[in-house]
Amino acid sequence: MACHVDDIPTDGGGCALIEGKQIAIFNFARRGEWYATDNQCPHRQQMAVSRGMIGSQDGEAKVACPFHKKTFSLQSGQCLNDDAYKINTFPVMVKENMVYIGL
Amino acid sequence: MDTILNTHIVVVGNGMVGYKFCEKLLAKRKSEGEFVITVFGEEPRSAYDRVHLSEYFAGKSADDLSLAPLEWYAENGIRLFLSDPVVDIDRDEKLVRSHHGHVVHYDYLVLATGSGAFVPSVPGVEKDGVFVYRTIEDLELILSYARKAKRGAVLGGGLLGLEAAKALLDLGLEEAHVVEFAPRLMPRQIDEPGSRMLQSQLEALGLKIHLSKSTQEIIGEDCIKGLQFADNTFLDVDMLVISAGIRPRDELAKIAGLETHPRGGIVVDNQLRTSDPSIFAIGECALAHHMIYGLIAPGYEMADVVVTMLTGGEKEFHPFDMSTKLKLIGTDVASFGDAFIEEPACKTIRYENKAKGVYKRINVSPDGKTLLGGILVGDADQYNMLLQTCKSKTILPPDSEDLILGSRGGEDSGAGVMSFPDDALICSCEAVTKGMICHEVSDKGCHTMDAVKKSCKAGSGCGGCVPMVKDIIAGVMKQNGVYVRNVVCEHFDHSRQELLDLVKMNGLKTYGSVLDHFGKGDGCEVCKPLVASVLASLWNENILAKDRATIQDSNDRYLANIQKGGTYSVVPRIPGGEITPEKLIVIGQVAQKYGLYTKITGGQRIDMFGAHLNDLPQIWEELIHAGFESGHAYGKSLRTVKSCVGSTWCRFGVQDSVTFAIEVEDRYKGLRSPHKLKSAVSGCVRECAEAQSKDFGIIATEKGWNLYVCGNGGSKPQHAQLLATDVDKETCIRLIDRFLMFYIRTADPLTRTATWLNKMEGGMSYLKAVVVDDVLGIAEELERDIQDLIDVYQCEWKEVVESPELRKRFSHFVNVPMKDPSVAFETMRDQKRVKEWA
Ligand code: SRM
Ligand SMILES: Cc1cc2nc3c(=O)[nH]c(=O)nc-3n(C[C@H](O)[C@H](O)[C@H](O)COP(=O)(O)OP(=O)(O)OC[C@H]3O[C@@H](n4cnc5c(N)ncnc54)[C@H](O)[C@@H]3O)c2cc1C
Ligand code: SF4
Ligand code: FES
Repeated sequence: MACHVDDIPTDGGGCALIEGKQIAIFNFARRGEWYATDNQCPHRQQMAVSRGMIGSQDGEAKVACPFHKKTFSLQSGQCLNDDAYKINTFPVMVKENMVYIGL
Repeated sequence: MDTILNTHIVVVGNGMVGYKFCEKLLAKRKSEGEFVITVFGEEPRSAYDRVHLSEYFAGKSADDLSLAPLEWYAENGIRLFLSDPVVDIDRDEKLVRSHHGHVVHYDYLVLATGSGAFVPSVPGVEKDGVFVYRTIEDLELILSYARKAKRGAVLGGGLLGLEAAKALLDLGLEEAHVVEFAPRLMPRQIDEPGSRMLQSQLEALGLKIHLSKSTQEIIGEDCIKGLQFADNTFLDVDMLVISAGIRPRDELAKIAGLETHPRGGIVVDNQLRTSDPSIFAIGECALAHHMIYGLIAPGYEMADVVVTMLTGGEKEFHPFDMSTKLKLIGTDVASFGDAFIEEPACKTIRYENKAKGVYKRINVSPDGKTLLGGILVGDADQYNMLLQTCKSKTILPPDSEDLILGSRGGEDSGAGVMSFPDDALICSCEAVTKGMICHEVSDKGCHTMDAVKKSCKAGSGCGGCVPMVKDIIAGVMKQNGVYVRNVVCEHFDHSRQELLDLVKMNGLKTYGSVLDHFGKGDGCEVCKPLVASVLASLWNENILAKDRATIQDSNDRYLANIQKGGTYSVVPRIPGGEITPEKLIVIGQVAQKYGLYTKITGGQRIDMFGAHLNDLPQIWEELIHAGFESGHAYGKSLRTVKSCVGSTWCRFGVQDSVTFAIEVEDRYKGLRSPHKLKSAVSGCVRECAEAQSKDFGIIATEKGWNLYVCGNGGSKPQHAQLLATDVDKETCIRLIDRFLMFYIRTADPLTRTATWLNKMEGGMSYLKAVVVDDVLGIAEELERDIQDLIDVYQCEWKEVVESPELRKRFSHFVNVPMKDPSVAFETMRDQKRVKEWA
């Protein structure tokens, strides 16, 4: 269990500490989807992916790291503007207003 | 040359020229089966853009620099062996053998082995901390060594040496030295006065330059400690980059018994053939017309000559123009055509401005009709124009000095390119003429730089012609009457200005509603902050309320600038730079309590760095309690209104600049705009507040105030221009109101006022007509709109501090009340700073 649905802003993200790991959780309300990824950005190892803006590129859900705007697919974790980077994605389940992440 | 099917081509070297050869061969071959291509490369990665190698330090990745992905080779049937140099050529059997033992037959062999750094035989060159500057691997080594180094030097003050030295400085070394054997910098490209001007510019950037120095020994045990010179002086450095010239890689050619030059280089004829007619040499390894061409454009031309011949055409390689424009060294340097020709073979015009660090020289033919060559230092904006004028032998205007001084009438630069003949060569790397680009734009519908790059490759080489290509695109589109629209992104098919009008007319206040009405898809990091800015500029409601928090750029979202380590900075407003001792004490106390690093900013206020996200609301609660307000250092909005001390204290002051600055800052604080806004008020013409470098600046006169607009500091400084003279305070404010609102309504996103003005048709006279003379009849509306925004101003931090709902979002974790444990600090000059990132 990670958090309550209200802990994550609508169409935005938040970071949860799960088993000692920082996980970014996104409530993509516009699409009715939830995503979870590493909170650390592989570009400069900054813990801020959860503070990034989400959106889409040709229909693929993505998040932009606030530091240098590397954008990552929320679906595959692949960096969309620099092939060299990738983040981990995790399955999310929402049940009775609680958010669960599978690590 | 006859073409047969299945001609086997082997290319040795997968550098820039070797790659270009393959690309051109594929483009010009008549059928897919015509050639079987095998490429051997010694480096571990496929060809990349060496010309822009230094950008690797600025954050470009190896992939960014790559000329083509590995799939490209596969898709085009090219066999590519990497990390596998060719070690032997059997010319009788026409076979090459690689290091890994691959043996491949060729009908034609193309040597494109490039060159390596020339390393002089100074004792100690093998020590740790001594590097060359040629490959991505070299840069990786430099990058990791530079982390622990403090003082670096570059051996060689030529084109590459200066680029390397600037890179050392940018890497954060405390000292970067350039050691040159000759008595001046870049002796091969520029003349003596040019060298001197360049030197003073580089010294101003922080480079330390040592001329006429002959290095005798590199001192140190295992690692370099310093350089010992022949004149008994010593330079204390802990790393060295050698950039003393290039050495053509002709070792393979030598083994194979091909003719090479004693000073290096594979000897070739006008058709780039070596002494063996089945073997060609192209690029930096080839010695053509008795010289090595160490530039990319001639290398590409060589590739084209060989491809043309292999595909049945005829072409020769002629002595090539060595014009260059240096990039990345922090100051412009260019030379073109015959730069050194002297009178009476020409007429020379020189222009020198020591204060601005500009030196220009042009050599005009004795009859004054054509341009022969020239040198530009400090300002090379006219380089492309001059190069073209020189190459296409355009007949010069009677006042040829206008070429470097600019015609003092202020005609727009785009017209210049459009007046060139169609066969003027615009992109010399890819040999694209103006006519070809016009054709791409008109007939093939390529309306962006990217599209033109893709379709005809113009601008994809050294990039020097990009500004001219852009001018041509704009020029052609204008001629064709195409209306140039700047749409926001894939989610909105509107320009910012259109969107602002639509949102206003429909009274929309959330991102969701704007996207539903006028957009498609889910939005992205481009359109979200743009719409956020439009909403703020129209309604000035709290930017975090409703659905607006998550559409803000990270800085706006947390009302603070995100910094290294994910910490934030706190900048309270200090209008006009005036602050009471009591407030100063509070800043000190808050900084002490939360462990913040404090610094006086360039904007006359105090920045506190290193705040944890979780601490921000508490910090602001204490500051607000003491009477501070948000300084909007994070927002695209009014920053500071700087002021000098003015008539209150200063013996020269003619008006009270501090009071006026505070009034101006209070009036426009919190106003959101396409980009940030800065202002200043000076108390007299001495201009101590630097008002002429601001978006709007005010200077006191005996009779009132002069108002200047559209100035900019930053990387492209521009002086503000006079909008009104000797006006009283009320008039001054009224004009600023109109000016700001007109800017907010019409500027493209992230466009400062200076750039906005530069793009405005009619320029300053049009702006004046709108703002001062109200030719559009919108002045009253502009004044009313801005007054509405001013009336609803609230300190947004105060609103956050007072709202538990908004405060809750300032927490690193959503499930535990803990700060980010991964943030680490270290001590620096008795203050705390965040640890450097890897
Ligand atoms: C703190 C300060 C440097 C200092 O220690 O003195 C500073 C710090 C930053 N500047 Fe600046 N600038 C500071 C004065 C300036 C000045 C000088 C001035 O205002 O008198 C300039 C040149 C004048 C101008 O803007 O015309 C300046 C030109 C820039 C630019 C380039 C703008 C341009 O149009 O080219 C940027 C980048 C941008 O805004 O896109 C920038 C961006 C930044 C950012 C926001 C970069 C960032 O996003 O992290 C830095 C934030 C630091 C922080 O966390 O607070 N800063 N910056 C100065 C804060 C002034 C203040 O009190 O608000
Ligand atoms: C930092 C830097 C900045 C520059 N800036 C500019 C500039 O602004 N403007 C400009 O015009 N030029 C510039 N140049 C020069 C430009 O990069 C070169 O002219 C160009 O790269 C030459 O291309 P090339 O293919 O001949 O050689 P290279 O790009 O050096 O490629 C040769 C390749 O062959 C490989 N090779 C060698 N021997 C063998 C073998 N036996 N078997 C297999 N492979 C082998 C090498 O490892 C290398 O990968 C710059 C160069 C550097 C280093
Ligand atoms: S000049 Fe401004 S943006 Fe650049 S490092 Fe200094 S403070 Fe940061
Ligand atoms: S740290 Fe994420 S983009 Fe640089």
